[in-house]
Amino acid sequence: MQERKFRVMVAKPGLDGHDRGARILARCFRDAGFEVVYTGCHQTPEQIASSAIQEDVDLVGLSCLSGAHLALFPKVVELLREKGAGDIAVIGGGIIPEQDFPSLYDAGIKAIFTPGASLDSIVAWIKTNIKPH
Amino acid sequence: MYFSKEMQDSSLKLTRKWEQEVQKTIQKNPEQKERFSTVSNTEIKRLYTPEDIQDINFTEDISVPGEFPYLRGNQVTGYRGRYWTFRMFSGMGSAYDTNQRWKMLLREGQTGLSTAFDFPTLMGYDSDSPKALGEVGKCGVAIDTLEDFLVLMDGIPLDEVTTSMTINPPATVLWAMYCAAADIKGVPLSKIGGTIQNDMLKEFIAQKTFMCPPEPSVKLISDTIEFGTKHVPYWNTISISGYHIREAGSTAVQELAFTIRDGIEYVEDVIRRKKMNVDDFAPRLSFFFNAHIDFFEEICKLRAARRIWAKIMRDRFKAKNPRSMWLRFHTQTAGCSLTAQQPYNNVIRTTVEGLAAVLGGTQSLHTNSLDEVFCLPSEHAAEIALRTQQILAEETGVANTIDPLAGSYFIESLTNEIEAAVWDYIHKIDAMGGMITAIEKGFPQMEIAESAYKFQSQLEKGEKIMVGVNKYVSENQHPIPLVEIEEEVGKEQIRRLNDVRRRRDGKAVKTSLDHIRNACKKGDNVMPHCIEAVKNLATLQEICDVYREIYGEYRDPGLY
Repeated sequence: MQERKFRVMVAKPGLDGHDRGARILARCFRDAGFEVVYTGCHQTPEQIASSAIQEDVDLVGLSCLSGAHLALFPKVVELLREKGAGDIAVIGGGIIPEQDFPSLYDAGIKAIFTPGASLDSIVAWIKTNIKPH
Repeated sequence: MYFSKEMQDSSLKLTRKWEQEVQKTIQKNPEQKERFSTVSNTEIKRLYTPEDIQDINFTEDISVPGEFPYLRGNQVTGYRGRYWTFRMFSGMGSAYDTNQRWKMLLREGQTGLSTAFDFPTLMGYDSDSPKALGEVGKCGVAIDTLEDFLVLMDGIPLDEVTTSMTINPPATVLWAMYCAAADIKGVPLSKIGGTIQNDMLKEFIAQKTFMCPPEPSVKLISDTIEFGTKHVPYWNTISISGYHIREAGSTAVQELAFTIRDGIEYVEDVIRRKKMNVDDFAPRLSFFFNAHIDFFEEICKLRAARRIWAKIMRDRFKAKNPRSMWLRFHTQTAGCSLTAQQPYNNVIRTTVEGLAAVLGGTQSLHTNSLDEVFCLPSEHAAEIALRTQQILAEETGVANTIDPLAGSYFIESLTNEIEAAVWDYIHKIDAMGGMITAIEKGFPQMEIAESAYKFQSQLEKGEKIMVGVNKYVSENQHPIPLVEIEEEVGKEQIRRLNDVRRRRDGKAVKTSLDHIRNACKKGDNVMPHCIEAVKNLATLQEICDVYREIYGEYRDPGLY
């Protein structure tokens, strides 16, 4: 049986417009053979959770460079759980100070990638830790 | 450039001899790379000689400062008459916090102000909007009403200091607040000076703070240009910006080409919609470029920019006033060139980039702080960045002579090469039917995405180097102190906003919003009505909601 491809959503929550990293990652995931959904900027956590379920993705990657990650990332996890889609893994990236890592992990964010993380290392993390459902 | 026949022959002979030597040498000792290229991936030759500039005509192509094509600057005395403006982009937390930082910067020798707004303000939302969750005061100052604005401007002499405001979709509203503040302080509009960024096309292309679709967005810009021409003659009503295009990952050529093509679009709209003469408003158009890390490429880019714009104004728009042909610009060093790793190295990067901006002849400069990869700059980091400019101006001697690199075989050759590549893009976008159509097709967006991805791939393969990121990586950590904006700032801001809503005359607010609505529907200029509305303490979002209601909302198509 052919293995199902990874379906990955790259999402930009909040009002932040810094999308260079998100768009590069979307391309990189596509080149790595994943099926990619990119939301574009200015998504509310509600919009992200609903589209993730609708698109039946295995993973949501959140990108935020504005400093609003503590308000926005946990909210996405919470909404997915509420909607019975807690099996969709959520990872995050952007300008995220190390001191915020513990509360993000506690809220259910599976991994955090900050400036300097190589594209390869992000793809490798996904392949090792996420199973397409 | 003119060289006598004799000189040409002897230089050719010498060059050929050197080329033979090179071939012999590289067979034994190959060069470090097979291909040498700029950060934009433009290939650079081993050596430039008189041959590379033999077609240049000094009078027509280079000339002197203050003369067409203004390659060497608009001002006849260059920096000898006046340095560039030391203008540090700054804004944080509340209006009061930002006002305090501004006063510190002015005390330390800054010569112009520049405002960073937080994301809700940039996008036209009030601090208590659900969309503002977690963002209030984070990336800049939060402004909801004229009362905040008056706190921001407290003690700032509006007839002496010029203020730049990085504001785009709600530019009419923030500028209206500035005009209202001047009025309240008794300074006539004819005396105030400053800049609103107000460049929406590059938002769709790169920066992504948008509100309404491109067409009505450009209409609002033309309103400000018309209002400024008539009533606020020293205001730059637009800062046509390449900075964000570059930060989004474009090449130097794309930065210049898309910015200048955006400029053409605005000029055409004002002429068509407002029936104005180009020379009436073109002198107040201003520009904003990036100074990236590739030193010579950036110098050449800035020089080429002036020459291209002068030609466009003279030949395409038939401008007669020399000031219409001047490309006046602000420069900011490249945020995207800075690294979170070994952050002190960012001071060095910023110094080199600032130097490139100065050698390219910028009129105004922001030098990034070393901590700007993480957060808003700390007071100490901002001070180092300001001192960087002061050292460039006062110690290094680079401002002693005008356009010191002119005539260099390499500089003139690369300036020409960049210019030619920019014209190619301009013609291509003309053929598409203009920039709005090109944006609707996703053309500039995809060109930039392509370049950004290419650079990232080169970085991953080690073909491009960032020190501390993919080479000279170090385990030594030297953490720097980071500024944190407390969540309390947001709560206090919302409290202030609700207090204003309780106190103001609700009827007057409603009437003035109706006036804006009618102006939008009839195609009239919104500016006088915006000034009336902010004076009545209408909030930023209330005015922007009228725009959204009449013009519709633009959503990111999510191209990658």
